[in-house]
Amino acid sequence: MSDLAQARTFDEFMEGIWRQNPVFVMVLGMCPTLAVTVSAINALSMGLATGFVLVCSCGLVSLVRNIVPKEVRIATYIVIIATFVTVVDYVIQAVSLAVYDALGAFIQLIVVNCIILGRAEAHASKHPPLKAMVNALGMSIGFVIGLLALGVVREILGAGTLFGFSLFGANFQPWVVMVLPPGGFIVLGAWLLLFAALKRRKEARLAAPGDGHGA
Amino acid sequence: MAPESLGQIFVAAVLANNFVLAMFLGLCPFLGVSTRLDTAFPMGVATTFVMLVASLCAYGLNLLLTMFQLEFLRLISYIVVIASAVQLVEMFLKKTSPVLFRALGIYLPLITTNCAVLGVALFQTAREYSFTQSLVFSLGGGAGFTLALVLMASVRERLQLSNVLGLVQGTALSLMLAGLLSMAFMGFAGLGS
Repeated sequence: MSDLAQARTFDEFMEGIWRQNPVFVMVLGMCPTLAVTVSAINALSMGLATGFVLVCSCGLVSLVRNIVPKEVRIATYIVIIATFVTVVDYVIQAVSLAVYDALGAFIQLIVVNCIILGRAEAHASKHPPLKAMVNALGMSIGFVIGLLALGVVREILGAGTLFGFSLFGANFQPWVVMVLPPGGFIVLGAWLLLFAALKRRKEARLAAPGDGHGA
Repeated sequence: MAPESLGQIFVAAVLANNFVLAMFLGLCPFLGVSTRLDTAFPMGVATTFVMLVASLCAYGLNLLLTMFQLEFLRLISYIVVIASAVQLVEMFLKKTSPVLFRALGIYLPLITTNCAVLGVALFQTAREYSFTQSLVFSLGGGAGFTLALVLMASVRERLQLSNVLGLVQGTALSLMLAGLLSMAFMGFAGLGS
């Protein structure tokens, strides 16, 4: 593999983590993002489950991309995705009933996560399997990072714990609204605000003459 | 399961467990189509209709699948039914109101991937609702979705006229707004249960 091709693959991988992060940049797949991120462990398991479905279905979609007629492609993708979600649903139920109960119907709702259908349609249906799966893997990692960013903040503020371990001792008064639905909206809004502020600062720095290489 | 009255199910689905603001279902159209009131309301009605059809079909399908012990096919068959129902609504709207059809744009076919619709079907199965209960539940869910959409659109229409800090504009502002609306809806918690 030449240097250039290698750089391209790496680019493909990083795209989902940073430049096109599904949670913070594209604001896709909001429903599971906000609903399950009441604790870091839930966020992590949801991210991993979604990632598995995303990588597998992108690989399969990419394999059948030349066989499936254009008219029925969306239906085909949905059925492929639903198949993998059913697999994940049964696996989680077998491995950890506690996680299964905590995530509830949201495991099955991975089917309608826009990130997966979006990737299948926009990327996997136009690229060879390996490339599609690398891109999907990057997207999954980006999604996990996004979920964790929300889950960690909400768990620390709302319950005073991180992955179930108490952080502040017994005197901590939890900020309960953070683990309730409004907290999800507000924490995500705050993250977006932070990124918007960082982006604006970077742009201002790049625009300033004589100081072109800011971080 | 304790018997719930139809009124309780309806009130809970509209207010206390509002699909959008308390259960985080159907957020994509909620953030996407809620910029103007005259597209938000029809979108809510269209989604409600799809929910109703999907709920009816899901009830029948579930009976059938349980009979043949094919529960693992539940998810796949639900999604296919929903996709067909959306197709139906799309054809109907295209014929009767082309203007509205264009205004809703990409969000119309995306009702298929609206988690609120699949959510109705999945929840009614999980809670083992009877036929009438499912019907009322899907109606309530649809009404709640429409209510949230209309509320959000009204606030956002007002916001267009006000002077908002440039940094906050866009998605961040919508999310903060949704957070405040959601907080208001928390006041309904316990109603209907």
